[in-house]
Amino acid sequence: MIALQQTKEINTASIIDSVKSDYCGAIDVFIGTVRDNLVGKKVTKLFFEAYETMAVSELQKIADTVKEKFKADKVSIVHAVGDCEVGEIAVVIAVSTPHRKASFEACEYAIDTLKETVPIWKREYFEDGSHWVFSHP
Amino acid sequence: MKILLFGITKEIIGSSTLDFTIDQTDLTSETLLDILKEKYPELSKLRSIALAVNGEHANGSEIVSDKDEIALIPPMSGG
Repeated sequence: MIALQQTKEINTASIIDSVKSDYCGAIDVFIGTVRDNLVGKKVTKLFFEAYETMAVSELQKIADTVKEKFKADKVSIVHAVGDCEVGEIAVVIAVSTPHRKASFEACEYAIDTLKETVPIWKREYFEDGSHWVFSHP
Repeated sequence: MKILLFGITKEIIGSSTLDFTIDQTDLTSETLLDILKEKYPELSKLRSIALAVNGEHANGSEIVSDKDEIALIPPMSGG
């Protein structure tokens, strides 16, 4: 499953189910959530904007690479778009592999690559303003 | 050509798409980006700025025309 969804629509259980595989003994799941602070400042919410068609195709590329590189059977990646409150889910990555080590490594590779290649932008809201993350050096 | 804008580039340019007329033939994505940076100097102050051509990260050598879907890609911050 590769998708962009409103955070309230993200169903972690069904994402995990989507990677179950009879010949795999491991499913690893990474869930990115909204934390309430950034270098001591209180974060009130996040907003995610995506170049949706390209974001989906870049997520699919990551899934394809994970299957090839880590011998994963199934890979699901769901990223939030729109508003995300503190504690809500920003991203879920689930990977099934025959043995556990590859599934851990695959999840780490997937989230690290997502941050570098998938056209999604995060706006952080504080009590006294907001900004697009990483925009300026 | 129509250029899609996201995140901070919407604020810099002041709209969500940019209609851009260009006469040059054999325009590469690298040259187009240079033209945009010259017209909107704030783009150069970003941590990074790049283009996507037809939904793929551009490498600079693509020839771009009105038929292509172009997007400005400021620093990404998913996850």
